[in-house]
Amino acid sequence: MNDFLTSVTTQGSAMLGPAWPLVWTLAKIVAVLAPLMACVAYLTYWERKLIGWMHIRVGPNRVGPGGLLQPIADALKLMVKEVIVPSRANRALFILGPIMTIMPALAAWSVMPFGPDMALANINAGLLLLLAITSLEVYGVIIAGWASNSKYAFLAAMRASAQMVSYEIAIGFCMVVVLMVSGSLNLTDIVQGQQVGRFQEMGLNFLSWNWLPLLPIFVVYVISAVAETNRHPFDVVEGESEIVAGHMVEYSGMGFAIFFLAEYANMILLSTLAAIMFLGGWDAPVAFLSFIPGWIWLGIKAFFVVSCFIWFRASFPRYRYDQIMRLGWKIFIPVTLVWLVVVGGWMQTPFNIWTR
Amino acid sequence: MSAIKEFVSSFMLAELLKGMRLTGKYLFSRKITVQYPEEKTPYSARFRGLHALRRYPNGEERCIACKLCEAVCPAMCITIESDIREDGTRRTSRYDIDLTKCIFCGFCEESCPVDSIVETHILEYHGEKRGDLYFTKDMLLAIGDRYESEIAARREQDAPYR
Repeated sequence: MNDFLTSVTTQGSAMLGPAWPLVWTLAKIVAVLAPLMACVAYLTYWERKLIGWMHIRVGPNRVGPGGLLQPIADALKLMVKEVIVPSRANRALFILGPIMTIMPALAAWSVMPFGPDMALANINAGLLLLLAITSLEVYGVIIAGWASNSKYAFLAAMRASAQMVSYEIAIGFCMVVVLMVSGSLNLTDIVQGQQVGRFQEMGLNFLSWNWLPLLPIFVVYVISAVAETNRHPFDVVEGESEIVAGHMVEYSGMGFAIFFLAEYANMILLSTLAAIMFLGGWDAPVAFLSFIPGWIWLGIKAFFVVSCFIWFRASFPRYRYDQIMRLGWKIFIPVTLVWLVVVGGWMQTPFNIWTR
Repeated sequence: MSAIKEFVSSFMLAELLKGMRLTGKYLFSRKITVQYPEEKTPYSARFRGLHALRRYPNGEERCIACKLCEAVCPAMCITIESDIREDGTRRTSRYDIDLTKCIFCGFCEESCPVDSIVETHILEYHGEKRGDLYFTKDMLLAIGDRYESEIAARREQDAPYR
């Protein structure tokens, strides 16, 4: 594989000269984003199937074998629909809104490590970049709500952005705890930091990952991630049984499809991040399974977390808005702060398991 | 003490895990979906679907234009005009049902003294234009002719309870 890549690189730079790095970077971006888009499309299918099974239904099964072509049919339907711009809407911002929403969800993948040496950009401030770039998403929501020239969309944008900003603090604290125990902002280092310890030497890798010693933080992270992506049971933004939709209420066709894609891309992003920070990234759960490539393990772990998101959706009724805010500000932030101090104290004792 | 217990159990997400266990159990249970066009649930013999006008076994239409159904129809969707046929009998010259108005209450069927207008078990029909669901006498008689055996069987089945 590496020989092949080297030969491609030498051939390419000989043929294209100075333009080669640009082409090569674009090729790498496509290689990450094209499978990601397929995953997003089929996540909608998996969500409908899984929720169906939990409701003792069978889920979509008409389009193609087992309903496998359903996401493609949905995408085609949304693409051929008319894009309606409301009267007196701010046209430029109206179009910028969905783009600003999906851009961070895709750009964040630049630092995701898929294996020991597999990342588009193995930068030292990877976690910081993730934190910064996922925060940008609130702008997309606000812009979409404001540019729609509709009070309902505007109110929903306020609601959504307040919720996203609140839970970002809790997620930030979770990241700080992980950063503290791994001593690095580099995602590759964070994963490799989980691959040391007594359990790792015994071959039981899954017990040496961060989720076990940082279990409360892991739980807080998963719940905050659900709230951050505005998913059930925190989906007062969309609230399909009570209100029509949130900040995307004036969007139709492709604009709406992009909001939809962004929501699911964010789910995948945050669950992959959970896999990297708490579930050992590309590491195999037991040593004898490590012949399977790392990116498959990362995918399996992210799939597990995403399936849990869907499981929450099938299980829980919607939170009221003040309950969401109470959970975020009065429970998660104090809990993560206390746990930050506890872990900090733990690291100063002789029982510190994160020595390096 | 109970306050502490409650605090700990809510902090450990006990109730949420209980709920997730329930949905998790249903994930593996047998699915009860009826695959509609291929599989159907049984209908009652009294099912009130598309209307039909029936004939006697000798081919004579049953309807004698008494207009009871027109009078009883709460949605006023039946329009009847009567005339005297060449053989001197009283018959309808027009018998229309506007199915876009019809509420499928079955009063027409109840009121009919000669079991002429009936509601059949047919429910899979549609119109592509607005006028398509305006059924005339010929259309209603055609439905009756086509499904006579099934209509008769269902009425036979339901007769003890009438």
